[in-house]
Amino acid sequence: MAEASAVPASARDGSDAIAGDHPPRVVTALVRDPKVVVAGGFILLLIVTALTAPLIAAHDPLEQNLLLATVPPAGFADAEPGHVLGTDGLGRDVLSRLIFGTRVSLTVAFVAAGLAALIGTVLGLLAGYRGGVVDTLVSRLVDVWMAFPPVLLSILLVAVLGSGIHSVIAAIVVIDWTRFCRVVRAETMAQARMDYVVAARTLGFSRGAVLCREILPNVAPVLIALVTLEMGIAVVVEAILSFVGLSVSSDIPTWGGMIAEGRQTVHQAWWMLAAPLAALFATVVAFNQLGDGLARTLDPVLRR
Amino acid sequence: MWLAIVVNRAVMALLTLAGVAIVVFVLLRVVPGDPVAMMISPGAGPADIAALKAHYGLDAPLTTQFWIWIKGAVTGDFGVSISLHLDVMEILFNRLPATIELAVLALIVALTIGGAIAIVGTLFRRTIAETAIDGINSIFLAVPDFIWALALVLVFAVALPILPLTGRIDPALAEGFSTRFYLAESILTGRFAVSSNILAHMAMPTLALALPLAAVIVRLLKQSLKEAMVQDYVLLARIKGMSELRLVVHEALRNAVGPTLALTGVQFTFLVGGTVIVERIFAYPGIGNLAIDAVINRDFPLIQGLVLMFGLIFILINVAVDAGAAALNPRLAHG
Repeated sequence: MAEASAVPASARDGSDAIAGDHPPRVVTALVRDPKVVVAGGFILLLIVTALTAPLIAAHDPLEQNLLLATVPPAGFADAEPGHVLGTDGLGRDVLSRLIFGTRVSLTVAFVAAGLAALIGTVLGLLAGYRGGVVDTLVSRLVDVWMAFPPVLLSILLVAVLGSGIHSVIAAIVVIDWTRFCRVVRAETMAQARMDYVVAARTLGFSRGAVLCREILPNVAPVLIALVTLEMGIAVVVEAILSFVGLSVSSDIPTWGGMIAEGRQTVHQAWWMLAAPLAALFATVVAFNQLGDGLARTLDPVLRR
Repeated sequence: MWLAIVVNRAVMALLTLAGVAIVVFVLLRVVPGDPVAMMISPGAGPADIAALKAHYGLDAPLTTQFWIWIKGAVTGDFGVSISLHLDVMEILFNRLPATIELAVLALIVALTIGGAIAIVGTLFRRTIAETAIDGINSIFLAVPDFIWALALVLVFAVALPILPLTGRIDPALAEGFSTRFYLAESILTGRFAVSSNILAHMAMPTLALALPLAAVIVRLLKQSLKEAMVQDYVLLARIKGMSELRLVVHEALRNAVGPTLALTGVQFTFLVGGTVIVERIFAYPGIGNLAIDAVINRDFPLIQGLVLMFGLIFILINVAVDAGAAALNPRLAHG
């Protein structure tokens, strides 16, 4: 609705061309968007950090040293060399824990967003392309699903499934597949009315072939942007569940777990809260800006 | 016509609520995880467990349990909380006012902040100021209440310790109330010292809940205002010599506010959902904080009551929004 008037009448054809015929144009458009470059660069950095955590962390994230407990970050009085972001109440290095914490956050982000997208896309494609009873069933299911308060449902699900990273991922997938389903359904319905789909059917392609080889590639741009936005949501949900104590066990460092500990001791050691909160903030904003940028560049329709 | 829409929506809402009740009941019963296992002392034998199950009606067949629960829920009897040993309905009614006051205050704050920034952004449209507002707003759109709550803790409880970190009111002041709506009652009875104490406690959770909603309002309302500003009636008012501020506030706002309010209603349900984690962070004694404890303790009767309560609040908000939108829309009013 927002920038609808700014989208030329030929936007629809333009998006097809971008998605299908001229991949380099997408790349140049993305590289020219500073938001996308900065946000994408930050997320790339996070991925590298997660993959190489044991190599770049100066300390074992679990190594306790009660002689160096609650040491403030570098630059503050009583700071210790080697602990740039200080230490927590057990003398564990905050920066090293932050570095290892990226692993859980990114695992949840990629796996949960990927699975939610998979389920939502399959159902959305079916509902949008087959229509009729399938569409009615899927749409009603989505409506009932969205009547649940998401935060409550996620806590409920994790409590029921037991804590742990698998439950966190399951909870996110179970709740957020509807986001993908709704958009993919609408997009599929729009695509199914296009001339190229009619042409493909006329040429004798089966419904399945048209769905996979014609419609899916044209729905993909919207999907990529949605998945990126969903990753930001997943990182926050994991942090919230860790904060409440329902995510991974406490001997695995997570940002949410660090935030929970930091919240308890905020008056003695503010950096224990500030450091993981800043990391979470930057990550959420990065996923969001990247998703917005991708949506703007890849698909004019999403802006409506 | 207007009434027909509202009635239609209300019936759909009741059906949704019934669906929510069934899903929650099945979810809690089918999955592994025994509430009795959480309550028994380590030395208890099988006989003790069976007695405890019988006491809470957990030994009856599922259909019977569901029937008892639905019958109770309709008559306002949600059973007894397993962890708190109190009537679920009583707990909910004691805790609900705190959450209602928090959510409504956050809504008012969000509308005020969001409305003011949208108007300023419209006045400065197509200038560097609007670009700055849009840029900052895109960050506020991305950051959820959970992060704001903790950032506010760092600012107003640690760096500049001017606000109380936890609770709803100083315990010493929490006396002499005849309702649980402490803020509303203290204002209505003129006990402003008490009101300001409550407001100080509510400031951080309110702001944490309000900021993301304010960002949504800024985006929606500014767009509507900008569209309204190029309409003929605004042009006419401009020719009559009305000032730019009056044009925005008196002419454009009147026409732009409808669609924004309709979408704000939907967003308000997200705000209510956000009270769960925000109340937790500030140890605020509402139903959100209670929900997390109930889930951690696997307190089935309390969880069921809470989920239905949240479902009911969501549905009421949606029905109110639909009724409001239908009433505001002249095309619907004339059938």
